[in-house]
Amino acid sequence: MAENVTPRIRVPREASVGETITIKTLISHPMESGQRKDGDGNVIPRSIINRFTCDFNGQNVIDVTMEPAISTNPFLEFQAIVPESGTFEFTWYDDDGDIYTDTKDIAVS
Amino acid sequence: MSFTRRDTLRLAIGSAVAAAIPFKVMADVDADVAAFTGGAEIGEGGITLVAPEIAENGNTVPIEVDAPGAVAILVLATGNPTPAVGTFNFGPLAGAQQASTRIRLAGTQDVLAIAQMADGTFVQARQEVKVTIGGCGG
Repeated sequence: MAENVTPRIRVPREASVGETITIKTLISHPMESGQRKDGDGNVIPRSIINRFTCDFNGQNVIDVTMEPAISTNPFLEFQAIVPESGTFEFTWYDDDGDIYTDTKDIAVS
Repeated sequence: MSFTRRDTLRLAIGSAVAAAIPFKVMADVDADVAAFTGGAEIGEGGITLVAPEIAENGNTVPIEVDAPGAVAILVLATGNPTPAVGTFNFGPLAGAQQASTRIRLAGTQDVLAIAQMADGTFVQARQEVKVTIGGCGG
């Protein structure tokens, strides 16, 4: 069970119509790979975030499938086009069924 | 020094096991590639994979993939116990078919990126990363 999962997102506050903006996201998560062993030699079970999606006003920007080879505290940087003012919705899907979400507004002029 | 029959057998078994391990990983890589491309031919060019030549810490290796016109990019670490790293699927509002993240590498190996273009063709890029300390734990 992952604890203290906190998403951190950087989105510009404003942009011009049709501009391509850079979004950076980071979420604190141990991303236990299922390869490591504890002190007694037992395998620590896998517990990772296996999917991340970003949508803008209901339209998909990026959908990432993540495997155990993604580092602890998964960081992602990508580009998005903003045709109008609206809200970015970020969703992370945990192996244990938890879903973490966050939103960011952007003003487009 | 002379080898007894027992020594020879032991050596033979040892080398057979050592040879079989990379084979298994390579088979996994081929299976992942086949699952992504459906057996289609893979070309070169049109995709950029940026990874450091030398990574001191295999736990966080920054990589960047960029393939203008791609719909999806698959990243594989060919020397990891499980080679798949992730798949980036780009939606209609993606500003550029580009993404960067940080990955784990078990040791010195090739990182492979395969992009599926909008017209259904595939291109790949490969880069070797030398890893000083592996990132898979003991």
